[in-house]
Amino acid sequence: MVEFSLWDILRNLLLAARWTVVLSLIAFVGGGLVGLALLVARTTPSLWLQKAVGAYVQLFQGTPLLMQLFLAYFGLALLGWDTSAWTSAAVALTLYSSAFLTEIWHGCVKSIPLGQWEAAKSLALNFGEQLRHIILPQAARVAIPPTVGFLVQVVKGTALASVIGFVELTKAGTMITNATFKPFVVYSMVGLLYFALCYPISRYARSLESRFHAHSH
Amino acid sequence: MGIQLDFAAVLVEWPLLAKGVAWTLGLTAVSAALGVMLGVACAWVRTQGPAWLKPGVGAYVELIRNTPFIVQLFFIFFGLPMAGVRLSAEWASVIAMVVNLGAYSAEIVRAGIEATPRGQLEAALSLALSRVQTFTHVVLPPALQRVWPALVSQIIIVMLGSAVCGQISTEELSYAANLIQSRNFRAFEAFIVAAALYLMLSMATRASLNWLGRRWLFGGRRG
Repeated sequence: MVEFSLWDILRNLLLAARWTVVLSLIAFVGGGLVGLALLVARTTPSLWLQKAVGAYVQLFQGTPLLMQLFLAYFGLALLGWDTSAWTSAAVALTLYSSAFLTEIWHGCVKSIPLGQWEAAKSLALNFGEQLRHIILPQAARVAIPPTVGFLVQVVKGTALASVIGFVELTKAGTMITNATFKPFVVYSMVGLLYFALCYPISRYARSLESRFHAHSH
Repeated sequence: MGIQLDFAAVLVEWPLLAKGVAWTLGLTAVSAALGVMLGVACAWVRTQGPAWLKPGVGAYVELIRNTPFIVQLFFIFFGLPMAGVRLSAEWASVIAMVVNLGAYSAEIVRAGIEATPRGQLEAALSLALSRVQTFTHVVLPPALQRVWPALVSQIIIVMLGSAVCGQISTEELSYAANLIQSRNFRAFEAFIVAAALYLMLSMATRASLNWLGRRWLFGGRRG
């Protein structure tokens, strides 16, 4: 039997952690783009659009991410797409992130005083211009700390992609456990690697938040 | 290309789904009660507890909040037996959920405690209440009331997270959906039904916990 040293385990986990990072970035950036489109739809005066985006958010926040991953995995196959674990994980996590990000940002837009909208309108700016030049720049300042904080949730969310067979950190941990029969050591290392990824982001988000509060008081 | 969906094949397995819903609700109820208690204890330590306990509790909270639930669950279920702690899938699930909720609710409750007006503490002091009495009678009830909506949201997040427990063969709702799709190969329909049930569960849980908070926990008190 092949003996695995601690370094062998750690090295293989680190190699797999790359895919955790890549998937997180895809979901975060993709979710940001879709979330921004949803945000614009939600701030338009159309009541119908507002309700539709609200229902979208409720749908993704009220069901388990694991179900969303399974539905993407089996649903895309039903539509006749090629369903690699890659595409389904990327699609599911992107939609999931978009729902949370649009909700976070919606709160930030709502925190901008109504007078700003009225002032923008009185300058004869149209809806797109009001949003682009007046509202979003102010909302973005409020939005940065919680958005960075949400990135931690995305990184942790990618761990569920292991269940549909995407080989990232958690899946690699399971595979290495099956080869080494050392679950205690392997899952401790997996946990610590996630911690190494997430803790700095959490700290950064918190420092942004306190800096923001210091400015606004 | 036509897509044929057959929900009847899934719904006919309703006893399995009902059992899954019961397990999900049971796991959530137990871990919500214990997890919030653990959270309150940790929040107490972090705000006014003994100094020697603070670093340990702080490390626990940060460690749990910065690692995925599924890894915590696998560590408890697969890892701990190597250290001599052997748990059934159900117990491992409950413990993982309690430990997880404990860390998140510690931070939530702490925020509520830190918002206590200074005058309240001085008033308690002038009434000669002990430190413990001050905490349980003066600080904690309004703090919990303040953060109740956030706690309810976190309990729902933990309930949705419990879908992962099916991976270690706890027979909750997602496990039932998996079992059904392995019997009739109607995977998409099975997970649609399960997702719809989860959605209903989270709406019902939010409504009833909000009601519980208003009616029973903080009924006579004014915020």
